[in-house]
Amino acid sequence: MSRHPLGQLLVSRLKEFFREPEAIFWVYGFPVLLAIGLGIAFREKPPDQVRVDVVRSETSAAVSTTLSGRPGFLVEVHDEAECAVRLRMGRTDITVVPGASYQYVYDRTRPESVLARARVDDALQRAAGRADAVGTSDRPVTQPGSRYIDFLIPGLLGMNLMGGGLWGIGFVTVDMRVRKLLKRLVATPMKKTHFLIAMVGSRMIFGLPEIALLLAAGWLLFEVAVRGSLATVLLISMVGAVSFSGLGLLVACRAQKIETVSGLMNLVMLPMWLLSGIFFSSERFPAAAQPFIQALPLTMLNEALRAVILEGATLVSQAGRLAGLALWGGVSFLLALRWFRWS
Amino acid sequence: MPLPLAIRCAGLTKRYESRTGPVDAVNGLDLDVPAGECFGLLGPNGAGKTTTIEILEGLLPPTSGTVEVLGMPWRRGNDELRQRIGISLQETRFAEKLSVAETIALFRSFYRKGMEPDAAMDLVSLGEKKRAWVGKLSGGQKQRLAVACALVGDPDLLFLDEPTTGLDPQSRRQLWEIIRGFGARGRTVLLTTHYMDEAERLCDRVAVVDHGKVIALGPPAELIARLGGEHVVEFAVSGAGKEGEGRDGAAALDERALLALPAVSAARIEATGISLTVTQPHVAIPSLLSKLRAESLELARLTTRHVSLEDVFVNLTGRHLRDDQAPS
Repeated sequence: MSRHPLGQLLVSRLKEFFREPEAIFWVYGFPVLLAIGLGIAFREKPPDQVRVDVVRSETSAAVSTTLSGRPGFLVEVHDEAECAVRLRMGRTDITVVPGASYQYVYDRTRPESVLARARVDDALQRAAGRADAVGTSDRPVTQPGSRYIDFLIPGLLGMNLMGGGLWGIGFVTVDMRVRKLLKRLVATPMKKTHFLIAMVGSRMIFGLPEIALLLAAGWLLFEVAVRGSLATVLLISMVGAVSFSGLGLLVACRAQKIETVSGLMNLVMLPMWLLSGIFFSSERFPAAAQPFIQALPLTMLNEALRAVILEGATLVSQAGRLAGLALWGGVSFLLALRWFRWS
Repeated sequence: MPLPLAIRCAGLTKRYESRTGPVDAVNGLDLDVPAGECFGLLGPNGAGKTTTIEILEGLLPPTSGTVEVLGMPWRRGNDELRQRIGISLQETRFAEKLSVAETIALFRSFYRKGMEPDAAMDLVSLGEKKRAWVGKLSGGQKQRLAVACALVGDPDLLFLDEPTTGLDPQSRRQLWEIIRGFGARGRTVLLTTHYMDEAERLCDRVAVVDHGKVIALGPPAELIARLGGEHVVEFAVSGAGKEGEGRDGAAALDERALLALPAVSAARIEATGISLTVTQPHVAIPSLLSKLRAESLELARLTTRHVSLEDVFVNLTGRHLRDDQAPS
C-alpha cells in the first residue's frame, strides 16, 4: 500500500465509500432506476387518440358517427354542462358544439387540444366534402437520437455528477467536521491541499462506474447509443465531476451542521435542476435568462454531454464548455481552500 | 545550564465573544514544562484546560501571550513542529468504516519518521483488533486508537486532552501504562484531566487551573503536603433534639472549635458533613469523639482517607472538581 499521504487519503476515502451500502445505492442504483422509470413513462407509443366531446343536440349523433368512423378519435356525447366540466378537468381535449356551423371549445395553451382541434376540423371538413388541393404522402421515421429517452440519459448523467459531487463531498466534509476528524487531521503534518485533492479525486473515481452504468443502462434498455467518442464522454464527465466536487467543497467549507450544508446544497442545486436542461430543454426559458442559464455549470455539462452523445460532436468543439466547467471547479476549489474551516 | 523547555507560554489569554458578552476562557496563564516531564493540567470542566491545550497545540490562536513549543513559536503551516508532536483531542470520532490498521496507517503516512503501524497497534494492545472497523470498537479501544494515532509519528511531545474521561477503570489503567511507557523513554507529556487519581499517578507536576488561571503548581505530593496534613476525616452528626444530620445538627460545632482539637490542621463545614484535615488520625479521632459526647451529638457517619488533589482543589477554591462527584 502506498505510504504517500495523498495515496493514503484517497484509498481511505474510497474504502469508506464502498463500505457504505446506502451511498452505493444512491450513487449507482438510484440514477439507473430513475432512467428506467422515466424511460418507461415516456416510451414511444402509437399516437394518442384524440378525445372529443360532442354537445348533445339533434345533430350530435351525426357528428359523433362521422368522427367515430375515422381512426384516432374517442368520441363521447354529453350535455353542455357536463361537457364544460369534462373539458375543465382535462377528461376531454375538445368539445364540439354542433349546429349550422361547428363551434370548437378548447384551451389553446394545451398542445393536445390544439392537435385535437386540427384533426377534428380536418375530419369534419373532409366529411362535408372538402378535397385536398394537392397530393401529399407521409413517411414516418422513429430515429434513435430524437426520442425523449435520448434527451434524458445525458441529462441524468449530468444531474448525477452534480448530485454526487455536491452531496458526496459536502455531506462527508461536514460529517468529518462534526466528528472533529478534520481538526484531528489538521493537528498532524498533513498537507491541507492533499486532503482536498483526495476528496475531489475520490469523487472522480466514484464517478467512473456511475457513468458506465448509466450509459450501459441507456444502451441496453433503450438503445441510446453514444454517437461521439466514448473517451470524450468520459473526459467531459470527469471534468464535470471535478467541477462539482470543487463546488461541493466550497458549499461545505464553513458549515458546522449537516442541516446547514443540506440547505446550502439545495440552494445551489435547485436552480440547476430547474434551468439546466435535465428533464426538458433549457431553451424553454426566455431569451433574457439564457446568458445566466448557459453560464451554470450543469448547463455546460449537459449541453456538452448531449452534443457528444447525441450529435457525435468532437472534444475540440466542446472546449469552451469544458473550460467553463474547469473555471467553476478551479475557482471554487481555491476559495474553499482559503475559507475552509477545519474545526 | 537550565533544562531545555518543551513548552513555554507566558501571559496567555483567550477571549471569546458570546451573546452575554466577552468570556475569558484563559486569563493570563504562564507555564514552563521542561523536556522529559509528564505535566498535568488539572481543573473542573470549563476551567480553560482544553482551550489552553489547543492553543499550545497550535490549533487555536491566543488572544494575547506568547507560546513556544520545542523552542519554536506556532506559525502558519508549521509542519516541522507538527512532525515532532502527537495529539489526542478530547473527542475524535474516527472514520467508522475504516479498520484500526487502516486508520493508523493513514496517520502514519503524514509523518516523515515514526513507528510501523503494527508496532503502534501492539503498543496500545490493539493488535487483535487490527482488522476490526473503528465503529465496532469499545470506548476504551477507541481511546487507545486515538493515542496510537498520536504516537505513530514517534513524537517528542505528546498532548492528551482528557485521555481517560468516560472510560472504565480497566481501560484507564491500560492507558496510564501506555502514557507511563512513553514518558519512560524521556519524552514529554502534557495532559489535561479532571481525575485526581490520574494526575497523582501519572504526573511529575500539575498545574491546578481554575477560571483560566493557574492557582497552584507543583508535584502532586507537594501540593498535598501544603494542606498541612496527610489524612482527611469526614463525619456527620445528628442529635441535640434536631432531625437530620449535617450543619443543623452540628450547630454547636464551628470551624474554630474543631481546629482547636489536637492534630487537626484544617476544618471545613459543608452541606453534607464536616471535613477535617489531620496529621495523625489516631490522635484526632478520639478527641473528636469526646468533643461530640460533651456536646451531646451523635455520630451519624465517619470515614477517613488519604488527602488527594481533590482536597487541594477544594481547599483552593471552596468547590469540588466535579459537581457530580463528592470527594472519594
